[in-house]
Amino acid sequence: MIKYIIKRILVALPVLVGITIVDYAIMCAAGSPLAMLKGPRVSEAAVAAKAITLGLDQPVYVQYFVWLKQLLHGNLGYSIKNYQPVGSMIATHLGPTLLLMGVSLLVSIMIAVPAGIFSATHQYSKRDYTVVTLSFVGTSIPGFFLSLLLVYLFTVKLGWLPSSGMSSLGTGGGFFDIAKHMIMPVIVLATSMAGTNIRYIRSAVLEILQQDYLRTARAKGIGNFKVINKHALRNALIPIVTVMGMEIPVLFGGAVIVEQIFSWPGLGLVAMSAITNRDYPVIMGVCLLSAIVVLAANLITDILYAIVDPTIQYK
Amino acid sequence: MKQNRIEGERYLQTVWRRFRRHKLALFSLTVLTIIVLAALLAPIIAPYAPDKLVGTFSGRPNSKNWLGTDQIGRDVLSRLLYATRISLLVGVLATAISTLIGVVLGLISGYFGGVIDMIIMRFTDMVMSFPYILLVLVAASIFQPGLWNIIIILGFVDWPGIARLVRGNVLSLRETNFVKGNIIAGMPNRHILLSEILPNTIAPILVYGTSVIALSMLDEAALSFLGMGIQPPTASLGNMLNGAQSLTILTSKPWLWIPAGALIVILVMSISFIGDALRDAVDPTSRGGKK
Repeated sequence: MIKYIIKRILVALPVLVGITIVDYAIMCAAGSPLAMLKGPRVSEAAVAAKAITLGLDQPVYVQYFVWLKQLLHGNLGYSIKNYQPVGSMIATHLGPTLLLMGVSLLVSIMIAVPAGIFSATHQYSKRDYTVVTLSFVGTSIPGFFLSLLLVYLFTVKLGWLPSSGMSSLGTGGGFFDIAKHMIMPVIVLATSMAGTNIRYIRSAVLEILQQDYLRTARAKGIGNFKVINKHALRNALIPIVTVMGMEIPVLFGGAVIVEQIFSWPGLGLVAMSAITNRDYPVIMGVCLLSAIVVLAANLITDILYAIVDPTIQYK
Repeated sequence: MKQNRIEGERYLQTVWRRFRRHKLALFSLTVLTIIVLAALLAPIIAPYAPDKLVGTFSGRPNSKNWLGTDQIGRDVLSRLLYATRISLLVGVLATAISTLIGVVLGLISGYFGGVIDMIIMRFTDMVMSFPYILLVLVAASIFQPGLWNIIIILGFVDWPGIARLVRGNVLSLRETNFVKGNIIAGMPNRHILLSEILPNTIAPILVYGTSVIALSMLDEAALSFLGMGIQPPTASLGNMLNGAQSLTILTSKPWLWIPAGALIVILVMSISFIGDALRDAVDPTSRGGKK
């Protein structure tokens, strides 16, 4: 068991190193920061001097290691736009994004698990087809279009919900105020995720329903409710956990778009404004952080998987 | 050879028979065919040229412009037809590129195994770790956004899923007797890969590819909506919705954004339903495995 976990971490390490290399390569492909300096009033000598202070006269791999060393000291560089350290920019905006992602994930699970189980236990019935069809509708609506429809309905027509920000101006943003601002972004993120998850959970439960131990449970005569909720659901948890792990990068990407539309003050908003301003240190910081979060999430999923499922082979 | 062809026809007939059972997919196929035809025939059936100024600014739908006119007086219906062309083109070509990359890497990885497999799979993990949309947005900001760049970017970012799928299939096909027989008979690797393994894994690739087309179209729409995708004056379904970011258009000019959005939903949904029915039709072992 311990051996498996260590092995899994050893596999993740080269991927982590690879991620930093890809990240750095993208930053290099994006262009040298010197290009921003060049102009009629800046002499060649000044540019060359700046190149030396930034370490750009060194070969690329040396630059990479210098960058990596800075990274290990927690220094992600400085924004070209407002000269703030990237690390603290990310730190202040991480919270709202995690809040949004966490609540959306929770809501999507609360929709998808009952719907998936219902669909599987009523396989090939009208109700099953309705649920599956609805799940396809959920995945087919582009997040931004659903956002626009929701804003049109709840903000413009009904005036019930605020359409931008995390709290109302002038207030400290109490629990209910933030919750009110969260409703629409959460609906958008949860809809597309629940759509995918319903189908995964449905097929996971269908597979388990055909297992011998379920037939035994049924034969014992403990009633359909107990069979499904005690025996089937517990075993279906394993694939469900895996799917959740896979969803995290998708969720993160969805957050970028949704935060942009609802002006939610999270990482996505920072990333998007950095992209339009070509503020590469910030973009790369966000990319690196999200890639590491995703990698960590996958690692934790795999380890959880091994703990939950004793039959897994530790190859 | 002749025997083979008859078998092949029978297989396609079986697929069609199983596909037809899905009423919704059949309906989707009809809808998709109509939309694709309308998009292909856009130069003939569109009432106006897509970039021609034909009416007032943001005119309401009327008998002359069925879906009204946009902010600078172009016919919305005509632009919608041309936009569908662009969106379909992006979906299909991006999928073709990512499928090609994914199939090649998956075949090599699964067949040769060992160190090569390790390297390719770790690389796949790496690409999959970056949030997809973020990677595409960054790429679009580095290489100027535009039709061909978007196709290439989407194609180059979207292959890991297919690579993993193909690798998994190759691994299980390697254990079958007909492949083992070929290896023992000393057939060249190229022959085994292209003539024995690839044809046996083409069905799942096609099914998966269908869903990738739908996803690519959604991504193109999102990118263009954010202004990082297809650039005006070329119309795409996403950038036609771009205007709805302004409140006046959102509240009082619904004809400018609802048709384009609805069309994306209809297209993506039809493709998804067709893909789902195909999955069921090509794979006789999946009993009710509607994933």
